[in-house]
Amino acid sequence: MAQSDSSGRPLGGSAGIISILVPGALFVWFLQFLPAVAAGETILFRIDWVPSLGVSIGMLLDGLSLSFALLITGIGTLVTLYSSSYLGGHVHYTRFVCYLLAFMAGMLGLVLSDNLLALFVFWEITTISSYLLIGFSADEAKSRRNALQALLVTGTGGLAFLAGIILLGGVTGTFDLSEIEGSLADHPLYLPIFLLVVAGAFTKSAQVPFHFWLPNAMAAPTPVSAYLHSATMVKGGVYLLARMNPTLGGTEIWFWTLVLFGGFTAVFASILAIKQTDIKQVLAYTTLMALGTLVMFIGLGTSEAIKGAMAFLLVHSFYKAALFLMIGLVDHGTGTRDATVLRGLARAMPLTALAAGLAAISMAGIPPSIGFIGKEFLYKASIGSEFGAIWATVSIFSASALMFAAAGIVAWRPFTGRLAETPIAPHEGPWAMLVGPLLLACLGLGLGIFPDYAEVLVRPATAAVYGSPVDVDLYLYRGVNAALILSLVTFAAGWLLYMLHGRLRDRLRRSPDRFDPGWDRLMDGVLAGAKWQARLIQTGQLRRYLFVTFLTLAVALVWSIWRAGLSPTPDLGDDLRIKHWAVLVFITAGAAIVAFTNSRMTSVAALGVVGVGVALIFIMFGAPDVAITQLLVEVLQVVLVAVAMLKLPVLNREHVKTIRGWDLLLSLVIGVSTTLVLLAVMDTPFDLRLTVFFEQASAPIAYGRNIVNVILVDFRALDTFGEIAVVVIAALGAFALLRGTRRQSR
Amino acid sequence: MKSSLIVRAATRLLVGLLLMFSIWMLLRGHNEPGGGFIGGLIAATGFILYAIAHGCRAAREALRLEPQTIAMVGLGVALAAGAFAAIPGDALFTGQWLFLWPGPDTKGIPISNILVFDIGVYLVVMGSVLTLVLALEEEV
Repeated sequence: MAQSDSSGRPLGGSAGIISILVPGALFVWFLQFLPAVAAGETILFRIDWVPSLGVSIGMLLDGLSLSFALLITGIGTLVTLYSSSYLGGHVHYTRFVCYLLAFMAGMLGLVLSDNLLALFVFWEITTISSYLLIGFSADEAKSRRNALQALLVTGTGGLAFLAGIILLGGVTGTFDLSEIEGSLADHPLYLPIFLLVVAGAFTKSAQVPFHFWLPNAMAAPTPVSAYLHSATMVKGGVYLLARMNPTLGGTEIWFWTLVLFGGFTAVFASILAIKQTDIKQVLAYTTLMALGTLVMFIGLGTSEAIKGAMAFLLVHSFYKAALFLMIGLVDHGTGTRDATVLRGLARAMPLTALAAGLAAISMAGIPPSIGFIGKEFLYKASIGSEFGAIWATVSIFSASALMFAAAGIVAWRPFTGRLAETPIAPHEGPWAMLVGPLLLACLGLGLGIFPDYAEVLVRPATAAVYGSPVDVDLYLYRGVNAALILSLVTFAAGWLLYMLHGRLRDRLRRSPDRFDPGWDRLMDGVLAGAKWQARLIQTGQLRRYLFVTFLTLAVALVWSIWRAGLSPTPDLGDDLRIKHWAVLVFITAGAAIVAFTNSRMTSVAALGVVGVGVALIFIMFGAPDVAITQLLVEVLQVVLVAVAMLKLPVLNREHVKTIRGWDLLLSLVIGVSTTLVLLAVMDTPFDLRLTVFFEQASAPIAYGRNIVNVILVDFRALDTFGEIAVVVIAALGAFALLRGTRRQSR
Repeated sequence: MKSSLIVRAATRLLVGLLLMFSIWMLLRGHNEPGGGFIGGLIAATGFILYAIAHGCRAAREALRLEPQTIAMVGLGVALAAGAFAAIPGDALFTGQWLFLWPGPDTKGIPISNILVFDIGVYLVVMGSVLTLVLALEEEV
């Protein structure tokens, strides 16, 4: 929980100061692009990263990415300032700052990347840093579990997204967003691409049925909730949908999937918001509502709807970050977040109350805040929509009314009435924690009064999402129209809901939550499945592993022979001399002895005979290097086996008899099928081009007459390097295993 | 367990021979059968023989370095030899040759990063095999 920093270093020491300055400087840097982008320009920087794979680090600055970049750096500065006080005294504060900055870098990369593959990498960075931040209080089991849940849900979605990107890249021939032109609606692969991309976006932006991780992510420290889980990361999915709208949008399935899921998420989440007693949880669910709303309006896809969505995106970021930070202040100042306990804090915490009030006005959509403008535009767009107008209007109306009530629960009720007993005597927070929420709340109000300043961002963002320039004119009041009347009805309904929310909450709390226990059951199932298959496959017996490996090989061999219909015609000809036959008999005899002897020593020796026989074959057919290596390895093997023999348990003869039959059968199958495959290979004409090349090039180019060695150390030196690296790793692994068992046995 | 006098006496001779043989195999590898891999195996055999006759501790002392260190050094040498090609601006692992004192009918004594690479392979193979065998023998 909140750890006050009354005795710690100001602004969290050097780590804290860096964490405040970096986003602050970036914010100023991004501001310089505002005039150009507002004028409708798109700015593009590009550096090739992996040119052979078509991956470049490109920075695409248009209205959409600049809006996001300004929100990320601007709110980021306020949040890091806030954290320097909120967590400044924490033992792991520096670690926290690193996670947060890593997240910020990932999020900036995500919204600025022009290349889809780079975008995916940044997407995953946000997922991982979010995991670390949610699990920041790592000594609590609940926080670890929730972090893992968020990681698994968003990570799985990320994989789907990656598959979608690869398909998209294959279809369009480029991974650069700036080069993808036109719509893919008529392409045969449209449906799979759409489903995969939407799976990524819906998990990231917590749409039903993937919504459950977001409220659980509130296990993170409050600044993280304010930053990641309301203002930035969860909007990654929304960003993706907005970015893909020109390419994938405009189809029926796009429309209905986004509108239905988004609308349902919005309403469902607002109802659950009323159910909560923890004011942080109330806010968490209203964030879900906002995400659902954004998805729905991107789905509607008209210029009006996109305009509304972009305005609402801005609005929501301001008030939601302010309110989360405010809740941190309340938690810090009173020691509780329970909505049923908190009352009358306004006198003790006047500045917090001011921030809360201003932000709540925006959240409830009361004029003259920017929240009111945002809601008006959403209403206008939903009423004016050609399809699904009733569904969209009903969902956004009920969600807004519930939002009004939620704003009351979070920001009105705790501050009014008689001061109630709290764990800590209520007191105001330090200035560093007050700046953020106050500034954000005032911005929400200020932009409402002077909407022209908001237009600067909303207009180019709308144009980027819509695909062509859209005229954006934000205003507070332009006469009485359907949207305004609906707004007034919303206030009435919202007020009614607020008055009744105590009773509603009790009713709702009686119905149990199904998603979270369902997740736990799923995880238990996965674990049980893993244990079952580990018991089945990992017996710990080397013999068993070898048997399974060779069985797989045998099946593959037999299957390919059967598939190819191989019937090789062995042409033994006159090439075979007596010495060849002698070696053949030599090897076969060795193998037969291995198969039938009852002594370990005999079988090792007989195996050596087989090895030496093979080495003889290499010598006869002109591969002296291979023959020497083979012989040396045989020698070493005898040493190794002889050493190991001392440790092996006594052979159980009865057991050996029962398993030997199967081993023999398997060996025969492998031997026969390998021979068949080799004979078939010999039947096809042998391509000698490489041999000829190496024979000719070895001496003049590489100054060596031993082709094998020249290939190893010159032509294919990189491969050899990889192989010797593997040799070292294998030796070190075996060494660690041997030493490990020795320590255990002591 | 002490090994027989004959083994111990013969080992003294054989180990030296084997090590010289291994280096000869390494050096001739570019033109005749041999090379770093085979050389490394022979060198390892030499030290294993020594370990059988005089014990693992003596073999480790004779090696002076831990076998896993030798293997890692070998890997480093091979990598450095490959990376050397970048100095004249070629792709990694490109052969670089220098012929010392060329005469009228000979090209001169060849010096190349290829040989250095092969020495790296030699050290890796020798170190890895010895890591494994010595650890196993000490275990038992």
